[in-house]
Amino acid sequence: MLGEGILKGLAETAKNFAGSFVSKERLTTVEYPEERTPLPEASRNFPFLVYDGEDWEKGLRCVACQICEKECPPKCIYIEKSKDKKPDYVGKMQIYPAKFDIDISVCMSCQICVEVCPFEAIKMNSEFELATDDRFGGLLLDRQQLARSNEYYHEIHPTEATEVDARLAEEKAKVEAKAKAAAEAAAAKAATSATPPGEKPATPTPVANVPAKPNEGEPKA
Amino acid sequence: MIDRLDQIFVLLKHGILGYLPENWQTPVGVILSVVCIVGLYPALFALTTILERKGLGRVQNRIGPNRVGPYGILQPVADGIKSLTKEDIVPTSADSVVHFLAPVILVVTVFMGFAVLPMGRNMVLVDLDAGLLFYFAMGASTELAVFMAGWSSRNKYSLLGAMRAVAQMISYEVALLLSSVVVVMMTGSLSLVKIVEAQNHYTFGLPHWFIFTPWGFAGFLMYAIAGTAETNRSPFDLPEGESELVAGYHTEYSGFKFALFFLAEYVAMFSIAGLGATLFFGGWTAPLAALQWIPSWIWFFGKLFVAMGVFIWLRATLPRLRQDQLMNFAWKFMLPMCLLNLFVAGLWWFMGSGWMRWVLCSALLVLAYVVMGRGELRAKHVGPRSYRYAE
Repeated sequence: MLGEGILKGLAETAKNFAGSFVSKERLTTVEYPEERTPLPEASRNFPFLVYDGEDWEKGLRCVACQICEKECPPKCIYIEKSKDKKPDYVGKMQIYPAKFDIDISVCMSCQICVEVCPFEAIKMNSEFELATDDRFGGLLLDRQQLARSNEYYHEIHPTEATEVDARLAEEKAKVEAKAKAAAEAAAAKAATSATPPGEKPATPTPVANVPAKPNEGEPKA
Repeated sequence: MIDRLDQIFVLLKHGILGYLPENWQTPVGVILSVVCIVGLYPALFALTTILERKGLGRVQNRIGPNRVGPYGILQPVADGIKSLTKEDIVPTSADSVVHFLAPVILVVTVFMGFAVLPMGRNMVLVDLDAGLLFYFAMGASTELAVFMAGWSSRNKYSLLGAMRAVAQMISYEVALLLSSVVVVMMTGSLSLVKIVEAQNHYTFGLPHWFIFTPWGFAGFLMYAIAGTAETNRSPFDLPEGESELVAGYHTEYSGFKFALFFLAEYVAMFSIAGLGATLFFGGWTAPLAALQWIPSWIWFFGKLFVAMGVFIWLRATLPRLRQDQLMNFAWKFMLPMCLLNLFVAGLWWFMGSGWMRWVLCSALLVLAYVVMGRGELRAKHVGPRSYRYAE
C-alpha cells in the first residue's frame, strides 16, 4: 500500500531516537578533548629522539651520524655535530648532535629516518596535538623538544620497544663479552711475556672501554 | 484568574495603550503586536534549530551539538554571531539591487502570513474576513522572492534551484489551496478566527476538530504533504538540494543574507504549521474539554512545536525526491485526491447528520487512496537499477 514504507521508516527513526536515550552503546561518539580512545600501537606521526636514563642530554642515543638527515625525502632534519664526545649506551665515546632540528611542517611521517637509523635513536611518536599559533618557530622542534625517554617509547609502542631493548642488550652483551675476551687475552699475553711493559695489566679494569680504544686508536697509532 | 492568564497578552497590550492618548492607541497597538510577532518567531526559530540538530543527532545515534552553554542550548547564539560577522559577498555579475531585495522580500512576505493567524483567544493581529485568502496570497509571493534570489545571483546552480523551487511551489500551491478549501466549505468563512470558533465545541469532552472527519483527515494529510513541499522542507528540499545544487537559490548568499533565508525557511514552517493547526486542529482550542483551563496560547504554540517535531522527524526519515517524482506526485496523485476530497466534503454537507455519511465518505476516500496508490506503485519498476548510458 502507498505510504507503508514511510510509516515503517518513521517507526525506525523513532526507535533510534528513543533508543539513543536508553542504551548508551548506541552512542558511539567519543567526546574528544575529555574522553579519548587509546591510540593503536602502530599509530605514528612525527619522529622523536630516544634517550636512556634520567638526563635527556646525557642519555641521547643519537650519535649525529647524519644518515637520517641524508635519507629524509623532504629534507626536514637538520643536524650539527658536536666537537666533543660523550659515552654511548655501551660506554663507547661518541660524538653527539649539538643541534638536531625537525621541521614537522615539512615532515611527511614516512618513517624512513627510523628505518635507516643504526643506533635505534630516532623513533616515531604518536602525539598528534601539535597545533600552535606560531607557524614557523612552533613547528620547528629542537632536540630538547624531540627528546623522549625510553620509558615513553615503551608506553606508546610496547612491542617494538621491547624488541629494540632486547637487541640493544644483546649487542651490549656481545661487546662486553668481546671486551672480556680481549682483556683475558691481554692478561694472558701479559702473563706469558713476564710482564716487561708493566703498565698493561691496568687496562682490564674498565672493561667496556677496552675494545673501543684499540678499534679507534689503532689506525691512528 | 485562569481567564486573566488566558488573556494576559491582550490585557498587557491594553494596559500599555491605556497610558496613551486616544488617537495614538490604534497605530501603537499595531506596532506593538508586530514587534511581538517579529521578535517571537525568530526566537522560536533559534530554539528550533538547536532542537533539530539535537533531534537529528539522536535519530542518527549521535549526541548533537553540546559545547556552547549547558547541553549546547546557546548554539544558536554562536551561530547568529557567526553569521552576523561574516563577510557579505555580492557577486560582481549579480544584479545587486535584486540580489539585496530577495531575502528582504522573502522575510517580509513570510512574516505577513502571521498577521491573520489567531495565536490564542482574541490574539490575532487583524481579523480579516478573507484571512485565508490573504495568507495564501502572501505565501504565494514567497515564490517571487525565491526566483529573484536565483535569477539575480547569475549562477547556474542558483537559477536551477530557483526554477525547481518555482515549479514545486506552484504545483503544490494548488494542492495546498484545494485541501484547505474543504474547511472553508464547511465553515462558510475565510476568516481564520471564524474557522477556529467553528471547531471550538465539545461533545463528550472531545473537540469538533476537522481532523476527526473523513474529509478533514484526508484534507489534513494532503495539506501536510503540500505544506512540506511549499516550505521546501525535506523530503521536498530539491530547490536547495546540497548534493546537487550546492545550496540552490541561495548559493550566492553569505553572511546575514544567508541567515535571513534560513530564518525565512523556518518561519515559513512555523507559519504553515500554524495554519494547519488552525484549519484542522482547532487552532488555540484545547484537545479535551477538561483541559480548557490551560491558556489558549499555550495550546497554539504547543501544536506548533509538535508540528515542528514532525517536520524534523520526517527530515530524519525520508530521502529527497527526484524532480519527476515530485511533479508526478503533485499532479497525478495530490490533485485528483484533493478534487475528490472537495466532492466528499460536499457529500458530507448534503447528507446531513447520521452514520451513513461517515461510512460513505470514508469508503470513498479509502477506495480512491488504495486504487490510486496501487496505480502509482504498479508504474514503478522496483528491482535492480539499470543504467542507460553508464554501463
